[in-house]
Amino acid sequence: MELLVASSVGLMTAVGIYLILRMRSFPVIVGLTMISYACNVFIFASGRIVAGLPPILSKTATGYTDPVPQALVLTAIVISFGMTAVLVMMALGAFFEAGDDRIDLKADTARDSAE
Amino acid sequence: MMGHWIIAPVVLPAVTGAFTLLALRDAPMVARSISTAATALLLAISLWLLHGATVHGAEAYFLGNWPAPFGIVLVLDRLSALMVTLTAALALVVQLYAIGTGWDLRGRHFHALWQFQLMGVCGAFLTGDAFNLFVFFEVLLIASYGLMIHAGGRDRLKAGVQYVVFNLVGSTLFLFALATVYSVTGTLNMADLAVKLPMLPQGDMALMRVAGAMLLMVFAIKGALVPLHFWLPATYAEAPGPVSALFAVMTKVGAYAVIRVFTLIFPISLPATGALFADMLLPAAVITLAVGAVGVMGARSLQGMVAFAAVTSMGTLFAAVAQFTPEAISAALYYALHSTLAAAALFLIADLTVDRRGSGDLGSARAPIAHQGLIAALFMLGAIAIAGMPPLSGFLGKLMILSASRGETLVWAAILLSSFVMILGLARAGSTLFWKSHADGARPAPHDAQPLAFVAVGALLAGLVLLTVAAGPITGWLADTAAALQDPAAYIAANRLEGME
Repeated sequence: MELLVASSVGLMTAVGIYLILRMRSFPVIVGLTMISYACNVFIFASGRIVAGLPPILSKTATGYTDPVPQALVLTAIVISFGMTAVLVMMALGAFFEAGDDRIDLKADTARDSAE
Repeated sequence: MMGHWIIAPVVLPAVTGAFTLLALRDAPMVARSISTAATALLLAISLWLLHGATVHGAEAYFLGNWPAPFGIVLVLDRLSALMVTLTAALALVVQLYAIGTGWDLRGRHFHALWQFQLMGVCGAFLTGDAFNLFVFFEVLLIASYGLMIHAGGRDRLKAGVQYVVFNLVGSTLFLFALATVYSVTGTLNMADLAVKLPMLPQGDMALMRVAGAMLLMVFAIKGALVPLHFWLPATYAEAPGPVSALFAVMTKVGAYAVIRVFTLIFPISLPATGALFADMLLPAAVITLAVGAVGVMGARSLQGMVAFAAVTSMGTLFAAVAQFTPEAISAALYYALHSTLAAAALFLIADLTVDRRGSGDLGSARAPIAHQGLIAALFMLGAIAIAGMPPLSGFLGKLMILSASRGETLVWAAILLSSFVMILGLARAGSTLFWKSHADGARPAPHDAQPLAFVAVGALLAGLVLLTVAAGPITGWLADTAAALQDPAAYIAANRLEGME
C-alpha cells in the first residue's frame, strides 16, 4: 500500500507541475488542482498509513490512527477548493476582458499599465 | 498581562469585515467611517499590546483554553507586537489615502476586503502554530486577490491571475513542508518544534532539512526573494495605488516568518542544520539587491520602478537577516520599519502622479501636472528615503546593516552599488516626470485638491522623520527584541508545554 500511495502522490505532482507550466489558464488550473490532490494525500499519509482503524476513542478498537492529519487535510481541502473557485472566477474575468486566456503577461502590459 | 486582548487584532477586523460586507453593502459612506474607526481602534489595541509585550515579555493565548501543543496558540512577544503595530499604523494612513482619493468607491467591497486583509496579516504575525500560519497566509492571500483586482481592468486581471497562480503553488509547497514536519515530529506548535528538534534521532534530520528548505522557499515567495520574486513587479505595478502601499507590509510577512522560524525552530545553533539556511539566504539576497537595482534603473513606468525599489529593499532586509546575529537582526528590523513606510509612501506618490498625468510612462516627458511642485517635493523625499540617502531613516538603516556585516565584503558591495544605481534610476525618473515637463508650455489640467490624500502621504513621511529622530531609543528597544529572538526560552516558556514547567 505504501508503494501505491507514494507513487500516486508522485505521479499526481508530476502531472500537476507539467500542467502548471502550460501557457493557458485552463491547464494551469487543472494542474493546481492535481497538485493539491497530491498534497492532500501526502498530508493524510503523514500520520502513517493504517487500514480500518478508528481515529476517535472507541471501546472495541484494537488501535488508533492519528486524527490530527485528518483535521489538517480537511482544512487544506476547504482552502484549496475555495482558492480554486476564486482562481476560476479571476481567470474567467481575465478571459472575457482580454479575449484570450494566455497566462503570461506581454512584455509591455506590465509597464504601460496606466495607459 | 494582556489576556484576551491578544486575539483582538484578529477578531476585530474579522467582525468589522463581515459586518461591512453583510450590513453595509449599499451604504459605502457608512462603511468608510466604520472601517476607518475599526482600523484606528486596531492601532490603539496594537499600541497597548506593544506596551504589554515590552513590560511583561512573551505571553501565549490558548484558543478554547486547550493546552499547547494540542490546541492552537497565539503568542504575543515583542517582535509580533511590533509587526502588528506597524501593520495597523500603515493600514490606517493608507486607508485615509484611499478615502481621500476616492479609490475605495471605484469597485465594490473595498473596506470589507481591507479588514479581512488586516485580519490575515495580524494573525500571521501573532500565531504560534505552524499550520495556523498557513491558514492566516491563505486568509491574507484571498483578501489580497480581491484587493488586487479592485476596480478591474484587463491588465490588472491578467496580472491578478498570475499572482494567484504563483501564490497557490507556494501554498501547496507550504502544505508539503508542514506535512513533512508533522510526519517526523508529530507536532506543529512552533515552540514545541523548537524543543523537539534537537532531540530527534540523526536519521530523521535529513527530512527536517528538506522541510526547512521548503519552508524557506515558501517564505521567499512571500518576501519576493530572487528567483521567486517574479510575481511582485507586475502585481505591485498593476494593483491600485493604495493596495500596493498596503502590500508593502505583505512582503514583510515573509521576512517575519523567516526571522521567526529560522531563529526559533531551525536556529544556527541546531547542529543538524547549522548555517545551511543562512548560506542559502545570503546569495539570494545579494542577487535580489542586484535585480532590484537594475529593475529600478530599467523600469519603463513609474509604478514598475517603485515595485523594483520594493524588491531592492527586500534584498537589503534579507541580506541582514541572513547573518542571524543579534546585531544584524536588530538592524534588519529597523530597516523593515523604514522600508515599509518608505515603499508605501512612494507607491502613494506614484499614484498621485499617475492620476494627474494620465500615465506612468517614463519614456518621454509630458505636460506639467496639477500640484506639480508639492508632488515633486514629496517624490524627492520618498526617493531619498527608499534609496537610503541621508538625512532620512533609510540611511541609518543601511548604515546599521553595513556595521552589523563587517567582514562580509559581498554584502557591502551589493548594498552600496545597488544604492548608487537606485539613486541614478530615481533621479532620472524624477527629472523626466517633474523637470522636463516644464519644457512643454501647456497649462496643467485642473484636478481636485484631495487634501486628505496629501495629509496621508505627509503622515508616512513624518513617520520616517520620527524613525530618524527617535533612532536611539528605537534601536535600543530593537536590540532587546533581537536578543529575545536569539534566546527564545521566554517564548517557549509562554506556551506552557507539558513537562516543561
